[in-house]
Amino acid sequence: MKRFLGFVKKEFLHIFRDFRTLIILFGIPTAQILIFGFVVSTDIKDAGVAFLDLSNDDVTQKISDKICSSGFFRREEDLHSYNDIDLVMKKGKARAVIVFGENFGRSLTGQGKASMIIITDGSEPNTATLITNYATAIVTDFNREYTGSGLSGAVLLQPEVRMFYNPGLKGHYMFVPGVITLIMILICALMTSITITREKEFGTMEVLLVSPLKPMQIILGKVTPYFLLSFINVIMILLLSYFVFDLPVKGSLALLLAESMLYILMSLSLGILISTVSRTMQQAIFISFLGLMLPTILLSGFIFPIENMPKVYDVVASIMPPRYFIVIIKNIMIKGTGFGFVWKETLILTLMTVLFIGLSVRNFKVRLE
Amino acid sequence: MIRQTVISVTNLVKKFGSFVANDNLSFEVYEGEIFGFLGANGAGKTTALRILSGLSEPTSGKVTVAGFDAKKEPERIKRNIGYMCQKFSLYEDLTVRENITLYGGIYGMTKKLILERMANLLSRLSFEEFGDRQISSLPLGLKQKLAFSIAIFHEPRIVFLDEPTGGVDPITRRQFWEMIYETADRGITVFVTTHYMDEAEYCDRISIMNEGRIVALDTPEALKKKYNAGSVEEVFIRIARPKMTEKSML
Repeated sequence: MKRFLGFVKKEFLHIFRDFRTLIILFGIPTAQILIFGFVVSTDIKDAGVAFLDLSNDDVTQKISDKICSSGFFRREEDLHSYNDIDLVMKKGKARAVIVFGENFGRSLTGQGKASMIIITDGSEPNTATLITNYATAIVTDFNREYTGSGLSGAVLLQPEVRMFYNPGLKGHYMFVPGVITLIMILICALMTSITITREKEFGTMEVLLVSPLKPMQIILGKVTPYFLLSFINVIMILLLSYFVFDLPVKGSLALLLAESMLYILMSLSLGILISTVSRTMQQAIFISFLGLMLPTILLSGFIFPIENMPKVYDVVASIMPPRYFIVIIKNIMIKGTGFGFVWKETLILTLMTVLFIGLSVRNFKVRLE
Repeated sequence: MIRQTVISVTNLVKKFGSFVANDNLSFEVYEGEIFGFLGANGAGKTTALRILSGLSEPTSGKVTVAGFDAKKEPERIKRNIGYMCQKFSLYEDLTVRENITLYGGIYGMTKKLILERMANLLSRLSFEEFGDRQISSLPLGLKQKLAFSIAIFHEPRIVFLDEPTGGVDPITRRQFWEMIYETADRGITVFVTTHYMDEAEYCDRISIMNEGRIVALDTPEALKKKYNAGSVEEVFIRIARPKMTEKSML
């Protein structure tokens, strides 16, 4: 046991002395969470809007003020003719242009309706949809106030709601579990496969194998630090998402942590397996990235729903471990369900872990022969 | 003088499928001797070395190292041997002291003993000032000396050196061999594989392997006399590569 602890200590020294390893371990997860949280966030804030106000009366003034004071939009420019619209969109300064027709106020009070157009930049469909929805909602709101003030029962604008009104949190709900799933498998598998192949490449593995340390002790000694650090990582991501994005864990925290441990264990054993089949660090990195990162992003249901994929991809996705963990973590974090709802996925992950460890041990023995 | 046998190999055979890597090897190595293991690449040196160091099992035959059977007690063999390989085997990002402590710990030495021997070792090599430097900042010659010192840090009965002087300048090689002599004088058996024929001359006895078989085993002087050669290199060329010499003679 003392031999083992000395060996684990050495592995920690490797990690803490290598700046790059530290960055991969702690910098990337933090950056990912913040990037996904703030940049890829699905709510809009301060989006530039240009106005083409052809009537320029009291009512149009009120509506545009209301839009700009909502916090979602910022008045970018006032246009004077239809020709300006194309230009301001192409420059990218305005995400949307709102056009009020001629005699807007008069026709609203007189005929009970008036025309306005919301033009959005379709090259970014998600943002465009959001902007349309937000603007429509604001106008509907205005509509209600206006009607409420007793000025006839005019229907100003019939909003067409294409997406459920979303105050922005739904995006976080999707990406926090996704980032944990992606980061854990990547870090654990990548780092373990690298650290083991590095010993092979530098010739230190041979010296270790000749020493009284048993192969099992060597492998365990190498992955123990990564297990601990990855677990700290999970906690760090959860804290970040709680304090920065107000995203709590709805279900049992203990269950979530236990499931995370299982998932980390699975990823570590996958990393060991990768290290037994690759001779150099480069091979290990290549396999980890190509074999794990892309499929995890594309096929785990992190971004694209698996239900919408062609059958073939569905089959391929079913052998990807992240797919099951994402179900588990979403269930516990967001829906707040208990073990009863995720036992199947847990069982699959456990079986995968056993399979990976079994294959690694077999490969390891073959190599020793 | 009756010398004690520390390695005894009888009819060792190692097969990989149908390929015979070691074909019926038999030899003995005595305590405190420097035993050279020569052979071209692929002659079966590494395979034999792996079996002797408990890394792989013999297909048949009896192998005893430091009194333990290689088939039944490889773990006990491992405690009694040291090993240094051709590829550099210290951790570059750890300091000299950390490397020493790590290997001492792996071999189950107590903390007190490690500290005691470490102080001793560093002063013997005039290494005190380097104690807290990372290995990566040391010149190759020092690294090599340190790697060897660490391989015998736990005072093994036998130390295996697998082409230890590859890529080292002649002066360092010279110093390295001085360390090997000192080690042998202390009673530690040195089992060394090498490509350098001049190094073979420094060994007490050498064995030459070819195509999985030991084709010659004796002191360098006796071999030179037997094959009527001026150097071990000539002996080696004559017996290990007869085909090549025939070709070059044509």
